[in-house]
Amino acid sequence: MSSYVSRRNLIKSVGLAGVARTLPLGFGAFALAPEMPRLPWPAPQQEGAEGAGLTYAFLNSEEQAFIEAAVARLIPADELGPGALEAGVPQFIDRQLIGVFGSGGDWYLQGPWVEGEPEQGYQMRLVPQEIYRAGIRDINLYCQETYGGPFAELAEEQQIEVLQGLQSGEIALQDVPAALFFSTLYQNTMEGFFADPIYGGNRNKVGWRLVGYPGAASVDYGALVEEYYNRPYEVEPVSIADIQTGEASHSHE
Amino acid sequence: MAIKKDPVDAVVVGMGWAGGIMAKELAQAGLTVVGLERGPYRNTAPHFQPPEIHDELRYARRHGLMQNLRRETNTFRNNPRQRALPMRQWAYGQGAYPLGEGLGGSGVHWNGQSWRFLPWDFETRSRTVERYGEEAIPPDATIQDWGITYDDLEPYYDKFEYAAGISGQAGNLQGQTQEGGNPFEGPRQRDYPLPPLKTAYSGLLFWEGAERLGYHPFPSPAGNQSQAYTNPDGVAMGRCLYCGFCSKYGCEVAAKSSPLTTVLPVVLGLDNFQLRTHANVIRVNLDDTRTRAVSVTYVDAQGREIEQPADIIVLAAYALNNVRLLLLSGIGQTYDPMSGEGLIGKNYSYQFISAVSAFFEDRVFNPFMSAGAMATVVDDFNGDNFDHTGLGFIGGGFIAQFTGEAAPINTHPVPLGTPPWGSEWKRAAAENYRRAFTIITHGAVLSYRNNYLDLDPTYRDAYGQPLLRMTFNWTDNELRMADFLTNKAALIAREAGASDINIFRLARTFSIVPGQATHNNGGAIMGADPATSVVNPYLQMWDVPNLFVVGASAFPQNTGYNPTETVGALAYWTADAIRNRYLKNPGPLA
Ligand SMILES: Cc1cc2nc3c(=O)[nH]c(=O)nc-3n(C[C@H](O)[C@H](O)[C@H](O)COP(=O)(O)OP(=O)(O)OC[C@H]3O[C@@H](n4cnc5c(N)ncnc54)[C@H](O)[C@@H]3O)c2cc1C
Ligand code: SF4
Repeated sequence: MSSYVSRRNLIKSVGLAGVARTLPLGFGAFALAPEMPRLPWPAPQQEGAEGAGLTYAFLNSEEQAFIEAAVARLIPADELGPGALEAGVPQFIDRQLIGVFGSGGDWYLQGPWVEGEPEQGYQMRLVPQEIYRAGIRDINLYCQETYGGPFAELAEEQQIEVLQGLQSGEIALQDVPAALFFSTLYQNTMEGFFADPIYGGNRNKVGWRLVGYPGAASVDYGALVEEYYNRPYEVEPVSIADIQTGEASHSHE
Repeated sequence: MAIKKDPVDAVVVGMGWAGGIMAKELAQAGLTVVGLERGPYRNTAPHFQPPEIHDELRYARRHGLMQNLRRETNTFRNNPRQRALPMRQWAYGQGAYPLGEGLGGSGVHWNGQSWRFLPWDFETRSRTVERYGEEAIPPDATIQDWGITYDDLEPYYDKFEYAAGISGQAGNLQGQTQEGGNPFEGPRQRDYPLPPLKTAYSGLLFWEGAERLGYHPFPSPAGNQSQAYTNPDGVAMGRCLYCGFCSKYGCEVAAKSSPLTTVLPVVLGLDNFQLRTHANVIRVNLDDTRTRAVSVTYVDAQGREIEQPADIIVLAAYALNNVRLLLLSGIGQTYDPMSGEGLIGKNYSYQFISAVSAFFEDRVFNPFMSAGAMATVVDDFNGDNFDHTGLGFIGGGFIAQFTGEAAPINTHPVPLGTPPWGSEWKRAAAENYRRAFTIITHGAVLSYRNNYLDLDPTYRDAYGQPLLRMTFNWTDNELRMADFLTNKAALIAREAGASDINIFRLARTFSIVPGQATHNNGGAIMGADPATSVVNPYLQMWDVPNLFVVGASAFPQNTGYNPTETVGALAYWTADAIRNRYLKNPGPLA
């Protein structure tokens, strides 16, 4: 019994047809789809203690403290459940920064560098690694001057004030436009809260649980679309990692 | 020194829908064919398999299946007085028009909205003049008729629909209006090969609201297979799972019409076809007379320059790259907006999308049960389906409730006025994810004197070649049309019972930052007159008859619909002309 096609079986069956040069081997295996049983799958194990595994590859200690505080203001822990910090968003951002995203690996980075119109999109030389590094230093200098301490050590209300000032561009930073820094942090925080947990955020799928998103399982919703008219389809969310590790994987044989 | 390969009968540049269809049709006619694709090989398995393919960050946010901008992009400006600058990044799932790369092209990660254009669309200029007079044509619009009609293309639309396994509900069968279909569509000789997809609950509410307003809702034609299907070439496709990972993803069960699930399996099985991936074509070479193309030159994965001679050369590298390759090869005269002289790059057009988010207090949706083209549509305000007198614009678009993308990084709607972060945002996101849907408008953009493509004077790609430069902006015609359509969409949202709506109007100035329509057209347009078109009605270069330029580059202006079914139909139409006429007597077909 399974909620989705067993990965091994699927690859086997698609493999035959997908790369076949002779016709028409077809996708006969998928005729099974309507009979594919659905729920329930076993609830995956809860993750270990909070704080376990908080390691960093890119961010230094000053930056770690900043990010941990900032993301907790953007998506706070509250009566609705864990926030970005508990979801592992700092680790998500760190891993993004050490990889292709952080170095602008798939950006067009040839000059000349010219300031354009907003409609022409991003035109700065800074890649995300540099935006975070320079931005956090600038913001901490501003906080030191204005409040007498780095961002991470300010009171929550002061941190919110700073984030609002960055968002609106009212705070001017030395190297990085404040609004650029804010939007980068904001986009990455949302990503880290809602992306698959394989990237280090959305721990225990808290982002998905918050909104009621079932995740990455390969469910045949064909039969359910109409059955669930005006009715919430509520399941234990399943992540890519759950399936890869076998937590939520079982064959339908 | 370039390595020179043995000549073949035909070389096809680009292995998307246009190239895949051309390669298959020419190879099946017995020609030796080489297919050149700048991107990698990929296929349903192992590349699009779950769980890994169900990764919103990688595919919908980072555009994992699309063009790597590090090697190539285009530059952009709103008008000829500005300095064009490169589109440097896909920002967080945005980027106006993500471009395809790799076997199957964008056909791998499209939604599958599969439209026939209206009969009116092929005769935009003459029918507008006929009904509203010359003065209804906006100043500076350079619109013209296609040189073919809907009736010419109808058999080839049919061919595409049956090859691709399109799901839909006929609205006009041989002139008879069909219940539940689009009453405005041109007559079709037979029904779709597959019944329409299911209707989402959101689509049902849209349907009911639209109907109460007197409009004519119908299920979107979809390149997502509502049932398992085997096409006339014997290629089998799976049934759509409504998996919710469709647009920007490959399909795990081969239930999305794609070159990889239709034409490429056939041609890859033929001994007279050879596929070369990682082959980036940099130019077409002409002979001394400049009236015959002799070969193409490409750079392979190892950086070697390779020349491939062929008797027939087909450019099918997407609308933008078709134009760029013509410009890089010095073929034809580059368009100059000042003098109006030259044709290559002229009549570039785009498409607009505006949206209305509808929030409901007493309804629950499951937005993740969705397919790329699972939608309910009204076509009452498309083309010339309505009287434009006094409206101040011509053309139109469709209004639709698309299920589309629903993964939560990109999709977590909150009512206007909600702060974008903090506890209040969090509560709104939690409350509304299942209580909202979006209605989009999808509108035509005409062609204008100052919207065009040429080569950038400054910026270059990784091969040292000039980037394509795009000069484009909306004009009053689109802005008025967008407002008109957006108001209608809001009306439907209210009628559907929304308690709250967010209206996203078309910004007054076009920006390449937000994600929007992926539909670039024109620049190498077709027509009946060599003085006003680059290719003849068979997509054959007037000046160079053994060179065919296949794709939306041929559209003289855009319509309200997504382009791909028309790109596919034009490819079949062109291939047919080559097979049945050109091969017997190589030379101009018109
Ligand atoms: C996210 C998304 C959703 C879409 N949804 C829809 C939809 O629902 N309905 C619809 O009608 N359309 C849709 N489209 C548009 C649709 O995908 C295109 O219209 C269609 O794929 C165009 O086909 P093509 O063969 O002309 O070009 P492409 O599919 O772009 O294929 C061109 C190929 O040529 C290759 N190439 C380019 N330059 C070179 C070169 N120099 N040398 C060698 N190879 C080269 C490219 O790598 C590519 O593989 C969507 C597009 C995107 C990105
Ligand atoms: S929605 Fe359907 S067609 Fe699209 S990827 Fe999922 S199963 Fe394939």
